[in-house]
Amino acid sequence: MKRSNAPIFWSMFGAGGMLSALIGPLLVFVTGIAVPLGLLLPPDTMNYARMLGFAQNWLGKAFLFAVIALFMWHGVHRIFHSLHDIGIPAGTLAKLACYGFALAGTLAAGYVLIAIGF
Amino acid sequence: MSARRPYVRSMDGWWRRDPFFVRYMAREATAVFVVAYALVLLVGVLRLSQGEAAFNAWLAALRSPLSVAFHVFLLAIFVYHTWSWFRIMPKTMPLILPDGRRLKPGLITGAGLAAAALLCLAGFAVLMGVKP
Amino acid sequence: MQTERQPPMTEPVKTIRIEVLRYRPEQDSEPVVQAYEVPFTDDMSVLQGVQYIKDYLDGTLSFRWSCRMAICGSCGMMIGGVPKLSCQTFLRDYYPAGLRIDPLAHFPIERDLVVNVEDFIRKLEGIKPYIVPKEPRTLEQGEYLQTPGQLEQFLQFSGCINCTLCYSACPQYGLDSKFMGPGVLALLHRYNADSRDGASAERMQLVHAEEGVWGCTAVGYCSEVCPKGVDPANAVNQNKTASAMDYFLRFVTPKAVANKGAANKAGAK
Repeated sequence: MKRSNAPIFWSMFGAGGMLSALIGPLLVFVTGIAVPLGLLLPPDTMNYARMLGFAQNWLGKAFLFAVIALFMWHGVHRIFHSLHDIGIPAGTLAKLACYGFALAGTLAAGYVLIAIGF
Repeated sequence: MSARRPYVRSMDGWWRRDPFFVRYMAREATAVFVVAYALVLLVGVLRLSQGEAAFNAWLAALRSPLSVAFHVFLLAIFVYHTWSWFRIMPKTMPLILPDGRRLKPGLITGAGLAAAALLCLAGFAVLMGVKP
Repeated sequence: MQTERQPPMTEPVKTIRIEVLRYRPEQDSEPVVQAYEVPFTDDMSVLQGVQYIKDYLDGTLSFRWSCRMAICGSCGMMIGGVPKLSCQTFLRDYYPAGLRIDPLAHFPIERDLVVNVEDFIRKLEGIKPYIVPKEPRTLEQGEYLQTPGQLEQFLQFSGCINCTLCYSACPQYGLDSKFMGPGVLALLHRYNADSRDGASAERMQLVHAEEGVWGCTAVGYCSEVCPKGVDPANAVNQNKTASAMDYFLRFVTPKAVANKGAANKAGAK
């Protein structure tokens, strides 16, 4: 039987799933609840100067890129397989749409993070 | 002439027929929201690259009641993802060591959940200690 | 010839309503539900319930069974929508509401509760479900020796009784029968994990395919319903990790990957 290329996508699905399982709740809480409401953290925790400094730093760039890209590769892999589960034929078009979306997001994140400068 | 006429049953609505499958579909559905949050962050770094005014507008949008409510919902989804992720993780590992001793799946799940909790607390502590 | 057979029960008994999905290809265009009132005692299994129906109520009911002690794997049925061995499921647990019996899911129905499992048999034959010696061995060399650790590697997976409950539990098999499925992949792993066997590399070619482990989405229901604690979900998903590692490392360090597998079989020092 023909060898599947699934390992490529499954590994990224796994990496993204692990990362989101470990720090996803924290990130959502901080960026979406705590900082906007000034709850437990000062509301200027994510101010422009601070975030720009973070994103211009190599480690900050790597972190942001990893989170955005891996979350997307994780999500689209599961979405693609779930299409099959709910009766939508998971053919080449669906595969291109799902993984293409993640690729677009990855490239966009990379471009933007480099454009932010150092 | 054979009298056989095998009957193939439909798979329509298969996952609605059993609570186990409903939980599986819920687990899979978390993927949509993981992507959604990645897009929120992507927009954030995009606005960051567009200058202070653009980024402040993004921050203001995050402060809206709709956004906060959405993130509360997202938080619940992410917690369910963390829970279901470490529940299924032991299945992807050999649970029998080379010398024959067994790894308890519950221990692996517990370790994963503990690591997640620890990282969240540590991360939060780091953020609280950030100088203004 | 006896005129009327009486059930051999003396004490007062309760009755339970059993609904069975019937299908007689020569007369039914599609399956139809038929209900029976079955007198029972608390020690009676669902298998005994359908045997009562066949013996005293409706001789046309068809179903498979043999050992009636959960080792032959013949009597699998959907009981209350869940794949179970009917000899190991008890009528008292469905009383007084009653129960509905369907043939095992995800297989074509031949007649009543008899399903066509030819696909499973074909897949099973395809994985070489026997020890393929690493090298030729003479009788004079005696039996293979294994440590308890080496036995543990495959013993659990050898408990499979080919009952196919896991195939009825697996929605991926139900959606696409090209998928090898949990039972066959667990048995494949049983042989790969056995230190006496030398056909690992050959069987892994099946594992690496889309129809192999990559058809699984880790639903996990197969392990839930397995009557023998085989845990096919673990067999399949740990082979995803093995298959992925081999995929990435095969050009880099093929010997290292092969040796790691051999070391695991030999048992740790």
